[in-house]
Amino acid sequence: MYNFKRQFLSGPYIIWIVGFIVLPILVICYYGITDASGSFTLENIIAISEPIHMKALLLSLKLALVSTLLCLALSYPLAMILNGLHVKHQSFIVFIFVLPMWMNFMLRILAWQLILSNNGILNTVFQALGLPRVSLLNTPAAVVFGMVYDYLPFMILPIYNSMSRIGNDIVDAARDLGCNKFQVFAKIILPLTVSGVLSGIIMVFVPALTSFVISNLLGGGKVLLIGNVIEQEFMQNTNWNMGSGLSIVLMIFVIASMAFMNSHNKEGEGTAVW
Amino acid sequence: MEKELIHLSHISKSYDGSLVLDDLDLKIRENEFMTLLGPSGCGKTTTLRLLGGFETPDAGSVFFDGADITALPPNERKLNTVFQKYALFPHMSIAENIAFGLKISKKSKSYISDKIKYALKLVNLDGFEKRSVDSLSGGQQQRIAIARAIVNEPKVLLLDEPLGALDLKLRQDMQYELIRLKEELGITFVYVTHDQEEALTMSDTIVVMNQGYIQQIGTPEDIYNEPTNAFVADFIGDSNIIDGTMIKDKLVNILGVTIPCVDTGFGQNKPVDVVIRPEDVELSDPPNGFMEGDIVSIIFKGVHYEIEVRANGYDWLVHTTKLFSVGTHVGISVIPFNIQIMNKPESSDEKAVEIDV
Ligand SMILES: Nc1ncnc2c1ncn2[C@@H]1O[C@H](COP(=O)(O)OP(=O)(O)O)[C@@H](O)[C@H]1O
Ligand SMILES: [Mg+2]
Repeated sequence: MYNFKRQFLSGPYIIWIVGFIVLPILVICYYGITDASGSFTLENIIAISEPIHMKALLLSLKLALVSTLLCLALSYPLAMILNGLHVKHQSFIVFIFVLPMWMNFMLRILAWQLILSNNGILNTVFQALGLPRVSLLNTPAAVVFGMVYDYLPFMILPIYNSMSRIGNDIVDAARDLGCNKFQVFAKIILPLTVSGVLSGIIMVFVPALTSFVISNLLGGGKVLLIGNVIEQEFMQNTNWNMGSGLSIVLMIFVIASMAFMNSHNKEGEGTAVW
Repeated sequence: MEKELIHLSHISKSYDGSLVLDDLDLKIRENEFMTLLGPSGCGKTTTLRLLGGFETPDAGSVFFDGADITALPPNERKLNTVFQKYALFPHMSIAENIAFGLKISKKSKSYISDKIKYALKLVNLDGFEKRSVDSLSGGQQQRIAIARAIVNEPKVLLLDEPLGALDLKLRQDMQYELIRLKEELGITFVYVTHDQEEALTMSDTIVVMNQGYIQQIGTPEDIYNEPTNAFVADFIGDSNIIDGTMIKDKLVNILGVTIPCVDTGFGQNKPVDVVIRPEDVELSDPPNGFMEGDIVSIIFKGVHYEIEVRANGYDWLVHTTKLFSVGTHVGISVIPFNIQIMNKPESSDEKAVEIDV
């Protein structure tokens, strides 16, 4: 009876998982390994080795990596500062950092488009200050900038979470046993935040690798990422087979990077963001 | 008498404007087992943290072996702490936890592995080297915390309610183990607890604290038999604390009855606190005794009965091994030697506060 009830309760989730996760993946796999006439082929997957696709994939990997490293470099010190704050202020500041996530993602990127454009706010300010104009928009730098801006909270939160879970008494114990402040960081704080860092990396790297909206809006068609290529195959060329084939390749990269991170997560508890 | 090792000199400390320690002065001798005893929030942990170097006093100094260490950070002090919640490092094995302090001070590998073995044996956990922190029970974790501290051969071990989270049986076992450890190691223990029984069992010296003030310093016997004020009397074991009037030397009036006592020097017709331990109250058939009353309740406590007797408007607490029944009319008597007379608190230093423990 009890068992039956439990299974009944999980019904909606099973429907969700099958309908919105398993089915789409199966459909993509089907299109990926067939041609327009429906017969089996590996062409669509092998197509990744075409120079234009390869270039897009490598650029995606590069920009995702740079964005992730920048996010990490910004987030870790920030999480430390946050964690050092008086408890009363902590949750408020965390709230401030999370706040942009509640705004529409597209709007935020469009705002940056206005700020960074040649006649945009940034250059107006630069000009007023007598500085040279910069043409940031439509460069890989602008795309990285957008990704860092967009994904920063996803790096801060897991790191901050793992840091705030370290009790004061653990730090006191380390001090008591002879650690100076640097040793406390190296031997206690850093190892105990590895899991947070790893989940932060996944949370930033994976969406950065697969993103196409940011590069569309801030790259202006000049920065072609693998996400853009796939989007074009689906939307402009209506070649679902090619789009699916390249998606499969991208998925393999995503799964590989997640597996790599998980294998380095000794704590085994990190991937929870909240 | 051993020489003085630590001197907390005129220490004051406040948090957010509220005074936690007020002009506290305390000396700790070498090889002493000193216990800071007091109700929760009275400033025991703060005192210990000042000793450990985790807090700096607003006023006053900490002396260690004659040197002023007030400004010295914890890592440069020759003492180690056993924290209330064990505070083991979760990302390290038991052996790594114990080796932590030794590695920081760059001891040799063979020295460290010898020390780990020795410490695990000392706390009766041989063979636990490879275990993870999670896999240990509370009592085991506490032993590891102790092992981790003592391998560094500190001159003083600070323990903040180390047995607070353990169940009664384990707590009693650990009490004996701590006493054994102290004797084997020959180092000074400063022990914090709010449990008066624990303090009486283990200590050479007990410091009774309340609201940031030291109420009394003495041996367990002193503290129990000769509490200096009603707070100490109430906190250490159960007591009958009755408002009285000192008629003259060796004569006191309580609850409308004048009885002989042994105390002198309180003046004439002065209000005093009269403290009588429940085991010192004798019950007999009337008209024996200086007062008569009725038994309102009896609770069997194992070794004795705890009896409440209502007499002259006061509920007397009585411990006796004799069997009575509820409703019995009894006479109450106390021999003069067992009647403790105490000054009513005048200054806040002696402030006696009603508390439940
Ligand atoms: N870091 C702190 N910040 C603010 N108040 C504190 C802090 N530490 C202790 N206190 C306050 O100081 C008083 C004494 O605390 P403590 O020394 O921990 O007492 P005990 O250990 O005897 O229970 C308490 O009222 C407590 O609330
Ligand atoms: Mg405390």
